[in-house]
Amino acid sequence: MSDRLSVFKTYKLYVGGKFPRSESGRVYEVTDSKGKWLANAPQASRKDARDAVVAARKAFGGWSGATAYNRGQILYRIAEMLEGRKDQFVREVADAEGLSKSKAAAVVDAAIDRWVWYAGWTDKIAQVVGGANPVAGPYFNLSSPEPTGVVTVLAPQESSFLGLISVVAPVIATGNTVIVIASENSPLPALSLGEVLATSDLPGGVVNVLSGKTAEIAAPLAAHQDVNAIDLAGADEVLAKDLEIAAADNLKRVLRPQPVDYTETPGTERLTAFLETKTVWHPTGSLGVGGSSY
Amino acid sequence: MATFEYAPAPESRAVVDIAPSYGLFIDGEFTEAADGKVFKTVSPSTEEVLSEIAQAGEADVDRAVKAARKAFEKWSALPGSERAKYLFRIARIIQERSRELAVLETLDNGKPIKETRDADLPLVAAHFFYYAGWADKLDHAGFGANPQPLGVAGQVIPWNFPLLMLAWKIAPALATGNTVVLKPAETTPLSALFFADICRQAGLPKGVVNILPGYGDSGAALVAHPDVNKVAFTGSTAVGKAIARQVAGTTKKVTLELGGKGANIVFDDAPIDQAVEGIVTGIFFNQGQVCCAGSRLLVQESIQDELLDSLKRRLSTLRLGDPLDKNTDIGAINSAEQLSRITTLVEQGEAEGAERWSPSCELPSSGYWFAPTLFTNVTQAHTIARDEIFGPVLSVLTFRTPEEAVAKANNSQYGLSAGIWTEKGSRILAVASKLRAGVIWSNTFNKFDPTSPFGGYKESGFGREGGRHGLEAYLDV
Repeated sequence: MSDRLSVFKTYKLYVGGKFPRSESGRVYEVTDSKGKWLANAPQASRKDARDAVVAARKAFGGWSGATAYNRGQILYRIAEMLEGRKDQFVREVADAEGLSKSKAAAVVDAAIDRWVWYAGWTDKIAQVVGGANPVAGPYFNLSSPEPTGVVTVLAPQESSFLGLISVVAPVIATGNTVIVIASENSPLPALSLGEVLATSDLPGGVVNVLSGKTAEIAAPLAAHQDVNAIDLAGADEVLAKDLEIAAADNLKRVLRPQPVDYTETPGTERLTAFLETKTVWHPTGSLGVGGSSY
Repeated sequence: MATFEYAPAPESRAVVDIAPSYGLFIDGEFTEAADGKVFKTVSPSTEEVLSEIAQAGEADVDRAVKAARKAFEKWSALPGSERAKYLFRIARIIQERSRELAVLETLDNGKPIKETRDADLPLVAAHFFYYAGWADKLDHAGFGANPQPLGVAGQVIPWNFPLLMLAWKIAPALATGNTVVLKPAETTPLSALFFADICRQAGLPKGVVNILPGYGDSGAALVAHPDVNKVAFTGSTAVGKAIARQVAGTTKKVTLELGGKGANIVFDDAPIDQAVEGIVTGIFFNQGQVCCAGSRLLVQESIQDELLDSLKRRLSTLRLGDPLDKNTDIGAINSAEQLSRITTLVEQGEAEGAERWSPSCELPSSGYWFAPTLFTNVTQAHTIARDEIFGPVLSVLTFRTPEEAVAKANNSQYGLSAGIWTEKGSRILAVASKLRAGVIWSNTFNKFDPTSPFGGYKESGFGREGGRHGLEAYLDV
């Protein structure tokens, strides 16, 4: 056994359901917390970012049009697939974040449970945040949440796996599609997650994973006219301000960075941040006198 | 056609007493601007100067924000039930003074008295009444227990519905415990200043509401003030983007209610007469100076001729003229500047090859007027099909299938409103679900209600005003 030379994995991006290398041909060295080389990760370019937007836009119609029940089934399927590959992710998270094996296992467990939590939200959020409005007139009036569209997410830099899932799952639970920029120094768990997503019935393009220099990839995405929103979780103060200014160009919805404890059960903020409210009116007509007495 | 002539039926101006000059309203007092600047507000239908108004500068903004900050401590600590009663008082006083305010608004804005009396003012009172009731029920609004106000809200509103936009901004802000500095538009400051007087009548604590008339620079100074916690803006998309850039990197919470290019979609099975009324309401209500106007008519090809004949016949019966006349349908354009913007875009429409039509219509010799206008032979590439005109100008496009209607309707940087006219229920729901717009009127148009959330997708802005949703903009959630 010890004589056998192990097979290294070539880490690749996950875009449109496929696993391309960066079109730029660039890679960068990823090390563990002690500086030991782990792998070369693709260093995505501006072109990779634009390709990811095309893939995310293409996937939006189908994913937003899927039933909430179906989206819930698929998010739960992701949890199932992760559970089966737990050992791999425990190893990768331990390396990436410098955790002991048992601490890394707790992180992966929490990440799996997070998918389950959001899987259950897909067909409930509309009832919680939507509803009928009692307008003063003979009209039926209903407000319902709809996904904002294509969302760019800067994944948290420290929490490379649980944090990543905590910011991606709520965005797609409601029917958005996403381009996520993995933690710059610890992108490997995110890139491996792509392999799980690819085998979970999640349509290609719903989640697109890019690795590389966060600021370099985020800039064209913040300015992109076909991106509808941006979550700045993984940006520092200076980058966040620059990206928010760029995002104003087409009035992207912006979720500013804030301190989050990803081990805590989340609230609904990340679900509602990327929802629009649509209100539909229709005359009710009238059957004449008053209401029924029966 | 006109068998009977209409006799003039002017609403009396005597009900409103406009002072020759007004100050800024800061900390419960009317005061001059620090630099003594003033500007004139005119009646757009006659160009008569109505009053001279103090013009807020940076120093005044600072003074008002300080007053609001000082008032915030007590106002936010007040039990919700007490805040509610102040808002109920305001709602009631507005109801009592609604004829006076309607005439005032018509004078300052140029819109028909029929609209200020029957739409603007009832909605203003209703809005305060609605949010009054929320003030002590915020725990039940779905944002968790004990949601907190943000602090000082800087609010900048447009001239198309001056008092209604004030209500949309101030009512939810006060109900949730914030204090307010509001800048009305430079062409329509009067109703906001009358509202200041209503705050005094209601006994509202000093500094809770501050009114700063002025131009865009006053608004920019308010948005930029470091002690403002919340920015709420209704106006153009260009200014909205500037605000979004300005607040980047701060903790200011922002809601933006911006432009639109609403598609009014008429299918071949629609009740034509009702659809025609809806199209007219959609684009000629308030002279089309409405962000959610149905300014693009998408008509199914097979009924185009029939619909346009009916529509033209109906437009010929619209009465344009004295906004104070109770029979007037179309009032004045709000300002010379807006009139020239409309004129430029309409000329561009003709230059790009669209076909212009207006009913024969005599325009008054003074004031700012524009005849109801429709364009046919419009393509999606035409400027008049893409840019918001904000005037009584309808661009007519056609489609063959529901899919094409949806694609054309969504082909816009905006996403505020849309209309659907068809007798087929399943088609309404299918099309409504595909339209990327915040408010969809099916078999009706331009309906508003304080309980109904209003706001856009895409570059029409973000956040909602009205309803339970409207509370979120003013709470720390």
